[in-house]
Amino acid sequence: MADGKEQSPLEQFEIKPLIELKLGNFDISYTNSALFMTVTFFLIVGFLLLGTRKRASVPSRLQVMVELSYEFIAGLIRDTIGAEGRKYFPFIFSVFMFVLVGNLLGMTPYSFTFTSHIIVTFALASVIFIGVTILGFCKHGMHFFSFFLPPGTPWMMAPLLVPIEVISYLSRPISLSVRLFANMLAGHTLLKVIASFIGLLGVYGVLPLALVTALTGLEILIAFLQAYVFAILTCLYINDALKLH
Amino acid sequence: MDIEAAKLIGAGLAVIGMVGSGIGIGNVFSSFILAVGRNPAARNEVFTMTMLGFALVEAIALFALVIALLILFK
Repeated sequence: MADGKEQSPLEQFEIKPLIELKLGNFDISYTNSALFMTVTFFLIVGFLLLGTRKRASVPSRLQVMVELSYEFIAGLIRDTIGAEGRKYFPFIFSVFMFVLVGNLLGMTPYSFTFTSHIIVTFALASVIFIGVTILGFCKHGMHFFSFFLPPGTPWMMAPLLVPIEVISYLSRPISLSVRLFANMLAGHTLLKVIASFIGLLGVYGVLPLALVTALTGLEILIAFLQAYVFAILTCLYINDALKLH
Repeated sequence: MDIEAAKLIGAGLAVIGMVGSGIGIGNVFSSFILAVGRNPAARNEVFTMTMLGFALVEAIALFALVIALLILFK
């Protein structure tokens, strides 16, 4: 390109410190990732507070959207966990809205997708995993280990099946985090790579332009879908911990 | 063998794993279409699980992609 700098499509994922801070040897700078997390937080809180200010029986448009998002997650929890899942609603709602708004903010121009970093998604997934495991132990005590022996297995198969079940249980935080991280990383990298062809092809640049437009639409869909899958898998893990099957 | 050449070959081999995901997504949506064809009233309920199935299968493709990127850029 004309500016002469060597730019790679992976440069958009670089974490840049905005305000340098140090605590002893730890670097706790306020980074662009932290900035977008703060923006996400204020967007969600602003959306919820502004939408429910009037509490009208005939809701305004914003109130309808707030009620829709509440009902969406409440319905999700009711369908997967049932009535005893209601106490986990604030947690599931927070996780879902955080991931959703984080993904969508990354689709705006010149922004940063904080969910495209494995450390962020792994932190979320490991908190969920550790929390759900502790929940299982608190509810069932040592009987929690019966989860790894599915009901109705013949005794011959048990020594083979239990390690497989344990490994698949321990792989849950990894799959949960890598799914979200890789989707965001791959989507944004693909967009960047194809967009880089637009300037290079001159007049025929309309073809990559059309492709980028279609891919942006797909990426917005993926943003919603990945947030939904994150939330529903969290609900399913909570259901497993509570009901052990 | 040159380490750069080995990395490129390794990355190429790693993404072959995405073939499974292609077959899987085809399976998921073909089952969805067949189910809706037999029972159009079940569409909304089955759609939810179709989306969940799609995302889970897509994740496998992305695991393969992540390994390829790790080989290529580490």
